[in-house]
Amino acid sequence: MAKQYFLEMYGICKTFPGAKVLNNVELKIEAGEVRALMGENGAGKSTLIKILGGIYSKDQGCGCIKINGREVEINSVHDAQAHGISIIHQEISLAENMSVADNLFMGQELLKKVRCFVDDKQMINKAQQVIDSMGMDIDVRTKVGDLSIAKQQMVEICRALLYDSKLIVMDEPTSSLTQAEIEQLFIQIEKLKKNGIAIIYISHRMDEIFRVADSITVLRDGELIGTDLAANLDRDKLIGMMVGRELMEVQKREEKHDLADECLVVKNLKNKKLKDISFSLRRGEILGFAGLVGAGRTELARAIFGIDRIDSGEIFINGEKTNIKNIRDAIAKKIAYVPEDRKHEGLFLVHNIRYNISISVLESFIKFVGVNKKKEQAILDEHRDKLSIKMTSGNQKVQQLSGGNQQKVLVSKWLATNPQILILDEPTRGIDVGAKAAIYRLIYDLAKQGVAIMLISSEMEEIINLSDRIVVMHEGEIAGELDNKGTAESMQEKIMLLASGGKLNE
Amino acid sequence: MNKANDSTEKLNKKLLFTNSIVQFFKNNIGILCALFVMCLALTLATDSFFDGKNLLTVLRQICINALLAFGMTFVLIIGGIDLTVGSVVGASGVAAVMLMEAGVGIIPAILLTLVFGAIIGLINGTIIATTGMPPFIVTLSLMGSIRGVAYIITDGRSVASSNKTFTSMGNGYFLGIPIPIYILAVVMIIVSIILYKTKFGRRMYAIGGNPTAAKYTGINIKGITIKVYIISAVLAALAGIILASRMFSGQPTAGQGYESDAIAAAVLGGTSFTGGIGTIGGTLIGALVIGVLSNGLNLLHIPSYVQMVIKGIVIILAVGFDIIKNRKNGK
Repeated sequence: MAKQYFLEMYGICKTFPGAKVLNNVELKIEAGEVRALMGENGAGKSTLIKILGGIYSKDQGCGCIKINGREVEINSVHDAQAHGISIIHQEISLAENMSVADNLFMGQELLKKVRCFVDDKQMINKAQQVIDSMGMDIDVRTKVGDLSIAKQQMVEICRALLYDSKLIVMDEPTSSLTQAEIEQLFIQIEKLKKNGIAIIYISHRMDEIFRVADSITVLRDGELIGTDLAANLDRDKLIGMMVGRELMEVQKREEKHDLADECLVVKNLKNKKLKDISFSLRRGEILGFAGLVGAGRTELARAIFGIDRIDSGEIFINGEKTNIKNIRDAIAKKIAYVPEDRKHEGLFLVHNIRYNISISVLESFIKFVGVNKKKEQAILDEHRDKLSIKMTSGNQKVQQLSGGNQQKVLVSKWLATNPQILILDEPTRGIDVGAKAAIYRLIYDLAKQGVAIMLISSEMEEIINLSDRIVVMHEGEIAGELDNKGTAESMQEKIMLLASGGKLNE
Repeated sequence: MNKANDSTEKLNKKLLFTNSIVQFFKNNIGILCALFVMCLALTLATDSFFDGKNLLTVLRQICINALLAFGMTFVLIIGGIDLTVGSVVGASGVAAVMLMEAGVGIIPAILLTLVFGAIIGLINGTIIATTGMPPFIVTLSLMGSIRGVAYIITDGRSVASSNKTFTSMGNGYFLGIPIPIYILAVVMIIVSIILYKTKFGRRMYAIGGNPTAAKYTGINIKGITIKVYIISAVLAALAGIILASRMFSGQPTAGQGYESDAIAAAVLGGTSFTGGIGTIGGTLIGALVIGVLSNGLNLLHIPSYVQMVIKGIVIILAVGFDIIKNRKNGK
């Protein structure tokens, strides 16, 4: 007899303008099964889940979704809920201005006999029951905004428990939970399993995966790599599946130049997101920062650049102890930070290229009320040539440029300040191969000229091919520092291991 | 230790539950103090302020603003703004009086005027919800258009009302209390029920508090947005009818600048400009502060130009006090 699946997804494709993020993906889950969904950042896990939850729609005429063997259409969040599918999103989706009880029942309020009136008493009682059953010490009348992040996360999990869900998707549910809370969650998962509820569990943490999952599905670059019972897999096999063994796309950096003396030394840096970070960076060195999303790499960059507060620790620049209180201090010390979110944190999209490139060096060509147009043009020309930015003129609006060219403008904006320390946060995210190559060439050249570079990237190949050394971060700590030697495959495996909380046994 | 925490927690729960009124006072402490100090000062400074008749006058004067401010509170809670309310007051007053002068009965004329308001709200809400244009721009533009319509249909002149029943609505008394106060009380009960007791109200807070979360839980954001703008415009039309009745005429210039008083009342009452936060009780107090202030300054014979300066400063002080207090609480 054929197996009866609760959920079957066949041939799912999803195309965004310019990129196919899911290609012919299949997923089948039985009732009461805990399935881990794994893959690197950008492998397509979240997209698949959003299709299942009715937030995205799959490509038309491509694949089908079946619930209990019957084909269904999921076109909205309501459809998904009607089929018993609940999703706990990675980013917390609660309204901070409302009480815990109101959040739990958001969109599904309990009503009195006279419809359209909410039954507060019943909602509060029921919400409190669920919260208590999770062993949490929360009054459901408190505002969500007054709870810690961990408690907010637990509230989200409770929301899925409240609905009559047949399938619960948990996208990185433990990323901000304490160990005790994680244990509670696992107990709940066991209970749900016994009640025949299927669970899709997305996590990067290997130890969790092997504890809770019955079976594991791996995605890579939008393709299904395979599904197997957890018992048949181990850490190494899983990493192999996630990483793949294909040829590296990125040209390996050929020549390495000699490194000069240390120009940035960070000692015992601590703040809310960072635990005791120490590292050093030499002139002309490319230091890669690897880790999972949320490992604290961006937070480290923000702390060094004076955006986030530093609670304790010291920063030395050229051997001199420096106190960076704000962004202006950092710029004065010739630090530049190219942020990861170019549209929100980097560029003025509605302004033109000239404006964007010159905004951080205005004082070099504007004296009191006189604008030195020639000098302004020279700055623009220099950077256009350096990065071969494709533009009709300096007056073109940045929002009309492709992602790759936007990124080049963003990098130029900071290069114009002549930095001695350049922090690049995901410099090639979402840009095409040509623009990537231009940015890689620029990074090499800058390093050769003696600029010290911190390269934060979630693309393994990029990190391995560009860096002299690699720092791997995990949950706000440095999990390990690796000399970039040996084959790309061995480096990649080491990085994955450290990034997911494992230890190197050497 | 744990047990002790547990029992104190339970005690806290009880306190929290029974003393939600205390909570209300706490949340609005700045504005309540301002109101109290003002009343006290005026009672001492003038003979005429603390007098039953004068207090009723204050209440009657705030009715129009309070009605608009309730609608504004709704709109602000979902993260929007409605600048058309002042123009709707003018246009609907004119419309109601003209309908009656044309021979339509008083009840049908009022109902038709409210429908007229609802249509304006529908237009506002539909444009905002479906195009994604900023509410500020949409309502700022339509504010001019609606005022223009009021001028066109009256040819720029005011229209006198000959209907005694109608004019007694704004000017008359029932059991010694001005009739508009009864209307305000009924509206206040209705909007409070909508906001606190229905799922519609609950979802308004969700939309303003976290639109992404609201979307992910399957809440119909467009539908609720449209309905909220309709509520705001209908309340504005009702205010316009009362104002016309009080002035014995429909005047196309009526209600000019009323939107700013409505916003001031809502914000004084603790409504957040970024959405998600706001109460009807708070807004009523906000309207009271503005009303008492105007009344008091008049009793003190302060020239109206000076009054404008003082009003602005009082609003800044009261709102600033609440914001600084909240910051100290770690938010």
